[in-house]
Amino acid sequence: MSVRKRTTVVSSVLLAASLVGSMLMLRRVDALRTGATLEEVLYVTSPRTVKRMSLGYDGLMADIYWTRVVQYFGRQHQARTRRFDLLLPLLDITATLDPHLIVAYEFGSFFLAQQPPEGAGQPDAAVDFAERGIRENPTEWRLYYHLGFIHYLERKDYKAAAEAFQRGSEVPNAHPWLRTMAAAMAQFGGDTRTARFLWQKILESTQDKLIRANAVKRLRALEVDEVVPALEARVQLYHQNNGHLPASFPEMIAAGYLRGLPRDPLGYPYKLMPDGRVEVESPDDLPFINKGLPPGRQPNFLYIPPPAKK
Amino acid sequence: MAAIEISGLEKTYSVGFLRKREVRALRPLNLTVEDGEVFGCLGANGAGKTTTLKLLMGIIFPTGGSARILGLDYRDPRVRAQIGFLPEQPYFYDHLTAAELLEYYAQLSGVPAAERKRRVPRMLERVGLPDVGGLPLRKFSKGMMQRVGIAQAVLHDPKVVFLDEPMSGLDPIGRREVRDLMQGLKDEGKTIFFSTHILSDAESLCDRVAVLHQGELLCVEKVGELTTAKHDHMEVLWQGDAALAKDFAALGAECRITGDQVRAVVPEAKLNAALDLLRNHRARLISVIPVRTTLEDYFLQRLAGSAGSKEAKP
Amino acid sequence: MTSRIAWIAFNTFREAVRERVLYNLVFFALLMVASALLFGGISIGVERLFLINLGLTSISLFGVLIAIFLGIGLVFKEIEKRTLYTMLSRPVRRWEFIVGKFFGLAGTLVVNTFFMALGFYAALFYLARTLTAADASLLVAIYFIVLQFLMVTALALFFSTFSSPVLSALFAFSLFIAGSFAEDLRAFAALSQVGSTRWLAIAAAYLVPNFSALNVISSVAHGHPVAGALILDNTLYALFYAGAALFASILIFEHRNLK
Repeated sequence: MSVRKRTTVVSSVLLAASLVGSMLMLRRVDALRTGATLEEVLYVTSPRTVKRMSLGYDGLMADIYWTRVVQYFGRQHQARTRRFDLLLPLLDITATLDPHLIVAYEFGSFFLAQQPPEGAGQPDAAVDFAERGIRENPTEWRLYYHLGFIHYLERKDYKAAAEAFQRGSEVPNAHPWLRTMAAAMAQFGGDTRTARFLWQKILESTQDKLIRANAVKRLRALEVDEVVPALEARVQLYHQNNGHLPASFPEMIAAGYLRGLPRDPLGYPYKLMPDGRVEVESPDDLPFINKGLPPGRQPNFLYIPPPAKK
Repeated sequence: MAAIEISGLEKTYSVGFLRKREVRALRPLNLTVEDGEVFGCLGANGAGKTTTLKLLMGIIFPTGGSARILGLDYRDPRVRAQIGFLPEQPYFYDHLTAAELLEYYAQLSGVPAAERKRRVPRMLERVGLPDVGGLPLRKFSKGMMQRVGIAQAVLHDPKVVFLDEPMSGLDPIGRREVRDLMQGLKDEGKTIFFSTHILSDAESLCDRVAVLHQGELLCVEKVGELTTAKHDHMEVLWQGDAALAKDFAALGAECRITGDQVRAVVPEAKLNAALDLLRNHRARLISVIPVRTTLEDYFLQRLAGSAGSKEAKP
Repeated sequence: MTSRIAWIAFNTFREAVRERVLYNLVFFALLMVASALLFGGISIGVERLFLINLGLTSISLFGVLIAIFLGIGLVFKEIEKRTLYTMLSRPVRRWEFIVGKFFGLAGTLVVNTFFMALGFYAALFYLARTLTAADASLLVAIYFIVLQFLMVTALALFFSTFSSPVLSALFAFSLFIAGSFAEDLRAFAALSQVGSTRWLAIAAAYLVPNFSALNVISSVAHGHPVAGALILDNTLYALFYAGAALFASILIFEHRNLK
């Protein structure tokens, strides 16, 4: 074999061997270094520094950091560590580099809000982050949506949730659904006036059968939730004045505490129970009511109709 | 044993868009160079001389054929220790001095350290560069470079020396010196293979020459045989009446007149008649010299012949 | 064989020196002096951190630039200028030439880095008035930087065997930048849609030199030690990778018809 052929064969073999060797080593190094790149995030004194160091290539750096967020989150999730310390710093840097990277706010706030092991369990930070996104991108209705859900699901602050959805619904081209959500939140939070107002608006503005049907149910539930406590208050008044609970509504009518037989929005008369509570005749036909339920019966959870297909 | 045996060595380049066109830089070459010979390779530029040398040196790879040097395959690394090469218009690392370059090359050629110390200064002297040991090569003139080139080619005392256009770009003094150097190498018993397009150099140095034309070997001849062939003409140089020139012409001579001197080339058969003419007219005879066919004539003849035969082919 | 390689390496080194490459050390020294004085003047608790970051980053960048600028011409220049003609007519194998060139440039960079390290430690000493054991961990960062140089040199040499200097520089720089984000690139590739493009993307991402793992400047600046296992694995990786580029260069050069 000529020298040249021999060299060719030997080099080819060595080349293949080196490539394989380097790949193997690479995998080992990767295993040792999981998370190491991200740890370095903690060394950065401020996101502004990162921005300056990107030498103008902010967009690309933002994308790189966003990918790191996803990787980091996935890895922590998989390891079931329940700790996501680097999530907020990483998100902070990402948003500083590209304030208009909507997906970062959307999912970032979501990851932050959820309780461990699903997320970082930092709902307040999540709210701040979502609000930051809204500040930078006031016309992105999706951000209000996410904000609303954070308030609702994690912080159980229905008023704030309703506000968020409401703000979002005012953005041009917002999904009409946001209004539904705002109304539902208000109702759920006990703010019946706002809720009634919003549901009424929805009923007036949409032709969609399902949405209308849902709005009607909501309004009916609102009415029940208003009427039942009022009735029960009258019953208590009667009790105070007369020393015993009334036996029936006609008795109250006769005594002048009521003007007529109270009927629920479906037309059925309310029932006066012996212990002074007021119940509806048929709870199954009145979803969403909080009041007037038999004891032990839970109020319906939020029922949201699927969005109309466009 | 032949110093160099080339068997069917050829090189074809594929050029052009999509490598469709083929350029045959060297058609299958068969050549043998004997030990101790000085062998000249003649041809115009592009004839294939440099291609042959590059193939033998392993700078480019042949598309066919093989060669043996000193009995071994030319690609055998052991061969390289025994050969020296001077490329055309050589270029060396210009950050080095001449001495450093020679030292470096000697090392690569396997010359032991003690030997190197001795040879490098001696070699520089021999090629006529005794005082420039410390000068960086980037300051060298063309002629000086050529000499360094020769020095690096023979420093390791190779048996076979390959020179590509060794006289190119040199002034007459330089050419003379290189010629003397080459003669010196020959005297040492080395085999020299060199290429040139300057025929007078080949004439004075070579034992045999090969003529290459457009990648093809036309012939290989002994120089002596080429040129001593027939002197059927004599050159007569005389001073006198220019009118005589016409008479000479009648004899079949070609005349050239410079001032009052005439140079006439006369067929040998007519020499005596010519001399009689001069004597009769009392012209002053300066010299009578036999005219040899020069290598140039031979060369041009062969080229014309090959061109003719090329046209003859369908 | 070894002596020929050694001589070619030595000549490559000598050429770099005479091309005044080492003058970059002067610039680096000035930089260190200026930084030490500047950072020493302010005292906000992070002078040491800044100096280490600046110093090590400069060592890395200067070296990579030298590796690329000298590396891309290693073979190309010799072919263009035909200095190779008289080289190949000698008992030098083509592969010995490549290996010698590699060691020559790598050696130049090691020497360069050595002097830079001296200057760097001098600046550090000036700043802190003392050198502690923690400063030894900085050597690991410098060692990793040298491993990077080996890889960049091998890559530049590889490109030099078949490509012109401008293109080679482009390729080499691109690979350096890509390599600095190698871990992210592999993450990107892993996220792409399953299919043939995914395999291609992953393969490409793995072939990119893993410089991100060799950059421990931030860690050592904060005083975090580097795991011994990582040092070993990175060393082997760099050697394999540089070796692969070297063998590829040998293969190409072995079959190349020169001018």
